[in-house]
Amino acid sequence: MSNPDGRFGPYGGQYVPETLMNALIELEEAYRRYREDAAFNAELSYLFNEYAGRPSRLYYAAKMTRDLGGAKIYLKREDLNHTGSHKINNVLGQALLAKKMGKTRLIAETGAGQHGVATATAAALLDMECVVFMGEEDTVRQALNVYRMRLLGARVIAVRSGTGTLKDAVSEAMREWTSRIQDTHYCLGSVMGPHPFPTIVRDFQAAISREIKAQLREKEGRLPDAVIACVGGGSNAMGSFYHFLKDESVQLIGCEAAGRGIGTFETAATISTGRVGIFHGMKSYFCQDAYGQIAPVYSISAGLDYPGIGPEHAHLHDTGRARYVPVTDDEAVDAFEYLSRTEGIVAAIESAHAVAYARKLAPSLAKDKIVVITISGRGDKDCAAIARYRGEDIHE
Amino acid sequence: MNKIRNAFADGKAFIPFITCGDPDLETTERVVRAAVENGADLIELGIPFSDPTAEGPVIQAANVRALAGGVTTDRIFDLVRSLRRDITVPLVFMTYANVVYSYGAEKFIRTAQETGIDGLILPDVPFEEREEFLPLCRRYDISLISMIAPTSAQRIAQIAAAAEGFLYVVSSLGVTGVRSEITTDLAAILRVVRQHTTLPAAIGFGISTPKQAEEMAALADGVIVGSAIIRLLEKHGPDAPRFVGEYVKAMKEAAVAAGQ
Repeated sequence: MSNPDGRFGPYGGQYVPETLMNALIELEEAYRRYREDAAFNAELSYLFNEYAGRPSRLYYAAKMTRDLGGAKIYLKREDLNHTGSHKINNVLGQALLAKKMGKTRLIAETGAGQHGVATATAAALLDMECVVFMGEEDTVRQALNVYRMRLLGARVIAVRSGTGTLKDAVSEAMREWTSRIQDTHYCLGSVMGPHPFPTIVRDFQAAISREIKAQLREKEGRLPDAVIACVGGGSNAMGSFYHFLKDESVQLIGCEAAGRGIGTFETAATISTGRVGIFHGMKSYFCQDAYGQIAPVYSISAGLDYPGIGPEHAHLHDTGRARYVPVTDDEAVDAFEYLSRTEGIVAAIESAHAVAYARKLAPSLAKDKIVVITISGRGDKDCAAIARYRGEDIHE
Repeated sequence: MNKIRNAFADGKAFIPFITCGDPDLETTERVVRAAVENGADLIELGIPFSDPTAEGPVIQAANVRALAGGVTTDRIFDLVRSLRRDITVPLVFMTYANVVYSYGAEKFIRTAQETGIDGLILPDVPFEEREEFLPLCRRYDISLISMIAPTSAQRIAQIAAAAEGFLYVVSSLGVTGVRSEITTDLAAILRVVRQHTTLPAAIGFGISTPKQAEEMAALADGVIVGSAIIRLLEKHGPDAPRFVGEYVKAMKEAAVAAGQ
């Protein structure tokens, strides 16, 4: 019988080859044990605070607020974390867990390279071997991050199968895991894949919403009216939403990468254009054709360029607790430039999708409303690609 | 009455895997006939999937070739109808959960039964998720075939006890593909299997040579070969049926030798 703990409504599950089942069961048991373990939590808190720089700032974007003329805007600055994105939260948790389980080797997939860099970082810190799978196209788009991973001691494998992007990197990491389970932990980077990953990753990322709630209570004495985050697999969004799920007054908004538009084939907006299916270990929404072949997706953002979405998001969409909106490349690039000039913050192109939607939403809200945007990562990695998008021929 | 057991009736079974539509369905049909004429006891027909996470590079490439050639689930059902005009050996589909789910699970399983399919292998549906498809498979007399892996350990008993059709024993860790050596203690796994079921068990993953076929057939009731056959298709394309026929003959003889 399907493990009830691994379901979010009808979504989730453990659709993996039999070879992996005991590894998933072992992981779930270890997680159950260590999540209640005081020493484990103390060690993780130490790493979060002293190493990764948590809590991250909740910054009042006064200029942006004035410029848009509506709701007050706060930015949750996950870009200020060590390694430059929210990915470090999950990775420190999983790497520490893997270490406790006696694993000596971490493997990971990466799209933009942020999760790969975070995993390579944790592996270096905890003396573990690290192999990162990255779509070949992404190794070109994100060459700087490839170098960073190597610098940190990881081996980066360019994945040539399929479309050479994030989904193929996930497939290849899963294949690698089935061939080497004994000493290897698959450090999955988002709230996706088979149970228990969506839950584990969410729990480690939930630090984001826990902090937003406490920080905003201190600054404003109340809850926000909306929380906005970008969604690929959906880990920074799930982390940003989690502690607000029961606060019905808080609108939760996930921004999907629409690429060149949801009316085109060059899109990665799963909720807007996909339908329910079973892939990469989970039942959720996927971009696919009439026969269930997974669609090649497209976004300017390598980190959102994924044809699926985490199962908890699928459930939040169905129940209406969160809503998911498409944001195009053009809108995201405009927002990337806008936040740079308005607040002096160069956000990741992924996070710029959330900024883009906030620019539409905030002016429609009264001045006493509060919107929080999660800036999931910093944009240094994207500068060359955005310059090229604008027709400037610069290379790293 | 499901006839998968017939494949194992006269001793050791040889089971080839063929990706439908690689390089085209016309070739697939001739390859299946060549395999049956040369002693194949059951045919595993692969419905290609865009992202086959349990496959190694050889079968991944076959999936790409087949999909590039425009094969679809509906056209594969037509192939099965055509094969069933004269082919009587059991036929099972091997594909991924999303291919079945997105077609509409009931429509897929009902059509499979109507066209003459006997079983379904879904490598990304483990024991815990069988309920997704099992009730429908039972309703339409399609055996939902379970897999046992080298890592299954204490899970073998429950999987074997609840199995249908035959048991697919995965020889090695990792994905499909030719291996020079198989090091799993398969004898130990099969001892546990036998304690919990009377269904036949076949070993697959990594088998390519007659010597390996003989060794594996000595342990189990049948041998499944995929990548080695796909390689012949990759090399010979539309001329592959003759080569597959010769290969199946040699492998079947090796398997039979193990039973004597």
